Amino acid sequence: MSAAPAPAVQAQGAERSFDVEAVRREFPVLAREVNGKPLCYLDNAASSQRPRSVIDAISRYYETTHANVHRGVHRLSQEATDLFEGARETVRRFVNARSTREIVFVRGTTEAINLVAQSYGRPRLQPGDEIVVSWLEHHANIVPWQMLCEQTGAVLRVIPITPGGEVDFEAFRGLLSDRTRLLALAHVSNALGTVVPVEQFIREARRHGIPVLLDGAQAVPHLAVDVQALDCDFYCFSGHKMCGPTGIGVLYGRESLLAAMPPWQGGGDMILAVSFERTIYSDLPYKFEAGTPHIAGAVGLGAAVDYLQSIGLETIAALEHELLEYATERLTRIPGLAIVGTAPEKAAVVSFTVDGVHPHDLGTILDHEGVAIRTGHHCAMPVMEFYGVPATARASFAFYNTRAEVDRLVGAVQFAREMLG
Amino acid sequence: MDLKDLYRDVIVDHNRNPRNFRPMPDAHRHAEGFNPLCGDRLTLYVKLDGDRIEDVSFQGSGCAISVASASLLTESVKGRTVPEAERLFASMHQLLTRDDAAVDPAALGKLAALSGVREFPARVKCASLCWHTLDAALHRESAPVSTE
Repeated sequence: MSAAPAPAVQAQGAERSFDVEAVRREFPVLAREVNGKPLCYLDNAASSQRPRSVIDAISRYYETTHANVHRGVHRLSQEATDLFEGARETVRRFVNARSTREIVFVRGTTEAINLVAQSYGRPRLQPGDEIVVSWLEHHANIVPWQMLCEQTGAVLRVIPITPGGEVDFEAFRGLLSDRTRLLALAHVSNALGTVVPVEQFIREARRHGIPVLLDGAQAVPHLAVDVQALDCDFYCFSGHKMCGPTGIGVLYGRESLLAAMPPWQGGGDMILAVSFERTIYSDLPYKFEAGTPHIAGAVGLGAAVDYLQSIGLETIAALEHELLEYATERLTRIPGLAIVGTAPEKAAVVSFTVDGVHPHDLGTILDHEGVAIRTGHHCAMPVMEFYGVPATARASFAFYNTRAEVDRLVGAVQFAREMLG
Repeated sequence: MDLKDLYRDVIVDHNRNPRNFRPMPDAHRHAEGFNPLCGDRLTLYVKLDGDRIEDVSFQGSGCAISVASASLLTESVKGRTVPEAERLFASMHQLLTRDDAAVDPAALGKLAALSGVREFPARVKCASLCWHTLDAALHRESAPVSTE
């Protein structure tokens, strides 16, 4: 990453080869209106929109191929299996895992983290063992560990953040002990957009022999992820934040760890042989995929990866960085507006508050102008508590957003100030 | 659907300058209300003289709708009897949720300013939180009220 050119240079290059209006036409929903105004969709950190190619891949699968996978000898079952396993290989290449045995399909990031907590953590942890998370985490990377602590007597340790919203590395080093059993860390903060320099944290954890899980839900759609280069042990992400379907996500796990973990759900497809005396579990990754999987979801996810790669993750990162810079500059000029989270490395997320205007009112007024943003605690209540605010407004951008949409956001915020401020 | 139906002048005014926004150390009853969706929190205090609400106040933070609604509530129930306040609660519930509400706006006074909220379903809970909290305070329910 250090060899990459400066973002501004990338952005200029990206602009030359990137026709945003053509890209927008590939996303059918972007053509709709809200309250008589063109939709301005700036809630991509909650869920992105889908291009025609993903919608078509799912429709085509149901219209021409659908059957259950890994079961039948008939043609459709074989074709469905090929599509499903083809998607697994596409995802493997996307995150550069060594093998498809390390790619487990799950419902989403939340399920991936719960799987690791229950299958990796629960059999191993002893009372007094410690799990380390950061103050930045989404509830999905807090609550499964709290549940695990209740089950095992382990203790949750929390790395503080700086006023700018960065995870405090020195404090992290101070938290490590001979009882630390796992580090679970966001790659990118959903509430603030902070890109966590996870390489540094992983190196330190590995020096102490501590396995690392990364919550990559916000990272995967915006920056190229290489699980081998990162050297993490688990990496979790969701399809719906990367232009793919809802209800499908991925757990990457280092094979040696996955192989030693027990299944976490039992059922069909995860077994080799069942008798009432003894059941033999399937190999990886099927051991963790009980029941008929979300086949269409996996097919759609594969199409989403193909789509993102056709644009290029570097181009996407550059375009979004440019939107972030522009939005930050324009919003900062609004009197009474404070940006929450000012880390030097950020994904295209701007969380903010406006004096005299509660975020919830801002959300309603912006919606009336056709501008969709998220307001509330962003499933990260500890982050809100840290900044002493009940909620923030959050605009989050994707490569299909435009400067004109940033202008509409700014105009709508100013309108809200005039109305309520 | 016009924004001005939601943010009427009365509501904007009560949000900027909430009435009876103060703690009440000698309250006979108090209850907490919480709207997890948007983080609205309020505490409602009631002082009773027999069956009559002698004084009522609130504290907390929330969106314009929830603050204005609580402020309007304190103005309209002060001096009323508990059964009268309960009837107002029932009328407000109808006003906020039913298009065909058989509610006489004149009987509601300034509270009728909240009628626009029902066109914004995501905001109904903001307006009703304080009423549920008052109900809890009057009935001595100790657990915090949540809109979820």
